[in-house]
Amino acid sequence: MSTIRLAINGKSYTVDAEPQTSLLSVLREQLDLTGSKYGCGEGQCGACTVLIDGKAQRSCVTKVGTVSQKQITTIEGLASGEQLHPVQEAFLEAAAMQCGYCTSGMIMSAVALLQRNPAPKESEIINFMDGNICRCGTYPRIVTAIQKAAKVMASSAGKGAGR
Amino acid sequence: MSDRTPAQVPLEPERYELRAAAPYRFDLDRREFFKFLGAGLLVVSALRPAVVAQESGGGRQRRSDLPKEIDAWLHIGEDGKVTVYTGKVEMGQNIRTSLSQAVAEELHVPIDKIEMVMGDTQLTPFDMGTFGSRTTPTMNLQLRKVAAAAREMLISLAAAQWQTDRQHLIAADGKVMDHPQKNRSVEYAALMQGQQLTLTVTADTPLMPGASWKVAGQSALKVDGRDFVMGRHRYPSDQKLPDMLYGRVLRPPSFGATLLSVDAQAAEQMGATAVHDGNFVGVAAASTELAAAAIAAIHAEWKSEPQPSSKELFVYLRKNAVEGKDLTGDGDRYDVGTVDQALGSANHRLQQTYTVAYIAHTPLEPRAALAKWDGDNLTVWTGTQRPFGVRGQLAEAFRIPEDQVRVLVPDTGSAYGGKHTGETAIEAARLARAAKRPVKLVWSREEEFTWAYFRPAGVIDVTSGVRSDGTITAWDFHNYNSGSAGIRTYYEIPNQRIVFHATNSPLRQGSYRALAATANHFARESHMDEMAHALKMDPLAFRLKNLKDERLRAVFEVAAKQFGWGKSKTAGQGFGMGGGYEKLGNIATFAEVNVNRKSGDVKVVRVVSAFECGAIVNPDNLRNQIEGSNVQGLGGALFEAIEFEDGKILNGRMSKYRVPRFSDVPALGTVLLDRKELPSAGAGECPMVGLAPAVANAIFDASGVRLRSLPLVPDGLKAS
Repeated sequence: MSTIRLAINGKSYTVDAEPQTSLLSVLREQLDLTGSKYGCGEGQCGACTVLIDGKAQRSCVTKVGTVSQKQITTIEGLASGEQLHPVQEAFLEAAAMQCGYCTSGMIMSAVALLQRNPAPKESEIINFMDGNICRCGTYPRIVTAIQKAAKVMASSAGKGAGR
Repeated sequence: MSDRTPAQVPLEPERYELRAAAPYRFDLDRREFFKFLGAGLLVVSALRPAVVAQESGGGRQRRSDLPKEIDAWLHIGEDGKVTVYTGKVEMGQNIRTSLSQAVAEELHVPIDKIEMVMGDTQLTPFDMGTFGSRTTPTMNLQLRKVAAAAREMLISLAAAQWQTDRQHLIAADGKVMDHPQKNRSVEYAALMQGQQLTLTVTADTPLMPGASWKVAGQSALKVDGRDFVMGRHRYPSDQKLPDMLYGRVLRPPSFGATLLSVDAQAAEQMGATAVHDGNFVGVAAASTELAAAAIAAIHAEWKSEPQPSSKELFVYLRKNAVEGKDLTGDGDRYDVGTVDQALGSANHRLQQTYTVAYIAHTPLEPRAALAKWDGDNLTVWTGTQRPFGVRGQLAEAFRIPEDQVRVLVPDTGSAYGGKHTGETAIEAARLARAAKRPVKLVWSREEEFTWAYFRPAGVIDVTSGVRSDGTITAWDFHNYNSGSAGIRTYYEIPNQRIVFHATNSPLRQGSYRALAATANHFARESHMDEMAHALKMDPLAFRLKNLKDERLRAVFEVAAKQFGWGKSKTAGQGFGMGGGYEKLGNIATFAEVNVNRKSGDVKVVRVVSAFECGAIVNPDNLRNQIEGSNVQGLGGALFEAIEFEDGKILNGRMSKYRVPRFSDVPALGTVLLDRKELPSAGAGECPMVGLAPAVANAIFDASGVRLRSLPLVPDGLKAS
């Protein structure tokens, strides 16, 4: 058992864990950040996606010992208070969910995509998001939501009010 | 078939798991056993549907004080808050929203004033379960009646208060208002005045006609959508209690294996609580990691029996059919006319066999339960479509009365028919009892793939006879194992023999979205296509020639028009259709595929669906359900299949079992036919059934290769 310091959503945490424990179980069990979901345990479905230094990573196959020096963002850290991130807002407006279990991971992946590519083509969205599974089949709505969010973010960035 | 109403259509048999006994029966001590005997005298009264009580006034009464024939109820607080109680559960169908809309419509209150309490066996009326696309035709109607009765009573209360004729009063926006010119209004809440009022709904309570709906019939965003996009919603697997432990179960190495011996000492030395009770072995520990390590440290010996494999599946199913006898007693046999004679005199005869594989629901949230004992009282939070059924299973497993068990279902990460049973709840409760602390158990993906149940595999033999002019004269249809949902044909055929043959399934099987209607429509609509081609008739014209049902004709015609049926095609391109009537809905699905004969790649490029389910309750959510049905249906149509050998699942991981992803999705065109004058039907299942035959027929159109097994192209289209 080691003491590991983590920087999550702008706060710092100290946890006691084996370094090879998955980041996902530390988030969910020790820190009660249950917005990141378990779906497959092998990085195949994307439900556990978090941002590590801005990059989308599968927290179920990320060892907690490897991320102590990094900035971690989970779905809980995306909104500013009750002010939703444009991607969250777009998912709501496009009704881009049914059961919503994949939604956290979808949103985190989409945020990472738009950081890297603020105006992705539809084929680029599909390609980037292909590692995230929605069993309810809301994929076309998720694509729409990401396109919507990209527009909103581009226009607010243009006004100098970007997040 | 033209005036089908919910009452005339029997509930589809949920054939396999409803009769399943609890998976474990635990040993109890003498004292508990006598307690169990005493409670066995409990009499359960039958519910009378369409009789509803409404409770108003300060504070909720205890359940036992309420009338026994309650089927749904609603409470308006002195603060104006409306609370609605229903035993249905939310797992992605968006009924928390659509039922709120129904109440808002009839009660004339803003939708955000309504709270739905769902799937809590202590608070909500008994409900058989959330399956069979029954929520919209039954619960939606039921809640509308409840809310309408409440509205009428509020108007009467205001009339009494103002000593005026209630004819002058209207209800709107949470208030009763006098005829506008008098400018007098009163909030619903103010009418309560601390009274405790109860009301029983009568059959003549007037409902708002579909044509005048304002809230219902409109698209509404998910009522608690913010919680989902912020990661705040707590699914069953996110539940937490103080001092909670994490559970894990030791699984047998293969199906049918029995436990010979077990040594859990090493697990206990690691600080885990280990339980060995009959064939059940499990642990509870401070973290999932520790629980997994403790399970790995247990030494167990199992005795395995030889088991069939997927290679011999279809032979096995035929061989193990129970001829002439339906194990389930549903009487799934339909005979009309003289089939053999008609086949003998037909101009053309066609005989073909179709098969469907076992597939897994793969809900993204695996089964999960959090169990807590308080003396002999058990509370379990779990994701299930049947909270009351699971309560019964828990009571049976622990030999305690049902009223000592409370099951709560937080909005769940999907189910698709796969979460009818309570094994996870029982396992968590068994561990919690031993650990004397709350225990949460979340199945791993591998457990979900192996120890849940599957959509039944099936073999379907079809023999048909047709006249040269395209009139079908004989229809002989035999389904082995997959089920009888959607087995009857909607085409007009004078001589029919339709039989479901139950078999001894090699795998545990149960409900899956649309049940066997997917298999039966695949066989029927593929066969229709084959007959049309044999006669050199246009597949659409051939169907319409043999189809009288106006609602079904309408969806075929509308979808054909939208799709552009009859257009010329390029090399590799193919068009096909499938459709039918299921769960009170009517669907026609047209598909365009592209087949690369060199590489064998098959891509579904475009799908157009026309759907009609009576009066539409929430158009955008309906589209969402239809799109989702088509996307999910693609998996079973193209590549999903469970492979098994000697009691083991060979592809029970997400990396080995392919489900549809972003890149698999075709362009989806959805046409809704709104029939305001007809009762609303459910839509979670029916839209799925047209897809597989549409795709199979399109592949034939593109390549000339007729595929008769689902999945159609798990390894691409092989050279023929």
